[in-house]
Amino acid sequence: MTQTTTETIEVVVNGSPRRLPRDATLLEVLAALELDPRLVVVEHNRRIVRRPELGHVRVAPGDAIELVHFVGGG
Amino acid sequence: MATAVTAVRDVPFTVGGRTFGSRLMVGTGKYRDNATMVRAIEASGAEIVTVAVRRVDLDRTREEGVLYHIDPRRFFLLANTAGCYTAEEAIRYARLGREAGFNEFIKLEVIGDQETLLPDVQGLLEATRVLVREGFKVMAYANEDLVIALRLEEAGAVAVMPLASPIGSGLGLLNPFHVRTIKRRLTVPVVVDAGVGTASDACLTMEQGVDGILMNTALAAARDPVLMAQAMRLAVEAGRAAYLAGRMPRREVAVPSSPTEGMLD
Repeated sequence: MTQTTTETIEVVVNGSPRRLPRDATLLEVLAALELDPRLVVVEHNRRIVRRPELGHVRVAPGDAIELVHFVGGG
Repeated sequence: MATAVTAVRDVPFTVGGRTFGSRLMVGTGKYRDNATMVRAIEASGAEIVTVAVRRVDLDRTREEGVLYHIDPRRFFLLANTAGCYTAEEAIRYARLGREAGFNEFIKLEVIGDQETLLPDVQGLLEATRVLVREGFKVMAYANEDLVIALRLEEAGAVAVMPLASPIGSGLGLLNPFHVRTIKRRLTVPVVVDAGVGTASDACLTMEQGVDGILMNTALAAARDPVLMAQAMRLAVEAGRAAYLAGRMPRREVAVPSSPTEGMLD
């Protein structure tokens, strides 16, 4: 993180409120959470965002972001 | 392991235009640890492995993701919509699964009752229609009910998956007659999903002539999941071979196996 203070906004990630830098892209959100974009699917305000688009979509206050992956199941 | 079944006149298991070497499909849930899961899946000989779509737990280790343990180049990952109670919810999970995954197949579950986890057939049919329009290959988890099985086939499901008994119950094949009827009347593959408890259940199920079996808890909850997986593999092959061989007729009276003539005075 740089010394300059970044303005943050509140979004909801996987059902919990979380503060993120204003104008962060979804790719930056994944990086901040240490998630591999190849192993996670991102739903942004109920719309699936494909991997190539992740770097182009920016978060806005109040956004709902779901980060899902495959877990064990029958 | 070269088996009698493969050597005989069986055709490979084909669903939705894809062909697989095993008629046994297994889940990845509820294992006590990932190492046991991986060994059990290998022992089962399964190629199709089911997975669920869930939120990433942001506060815990990322290793919970199943892709850290199962190589998607070696196994065909079949995403499910387990835990969904409405068509809308199941459609949402199916879309996420397709995005996370490696194919357009979905094991569609729309559950209607929390205690029994029995399917909501109305929601199932509705979700099947939508997903088929979107290009999904739907394998629909259904009741062992001929009419709903026919409707799912009409709606475009690539396979219908009637239950042997409720999910995780281990009660075995409760309604062989209905399962047999479904198999006889459908053109798409019939894969029995859920309820198998032990190897004899799997064998009896395959003897009905169905195309395959999907199981999870029978392996995961066995005392030795790896050994049970091996037993299930053999049972599925034995049941398939017995079905192809054609059983003798049942008789209510004994018929001697040895000659009745040539007996001493």
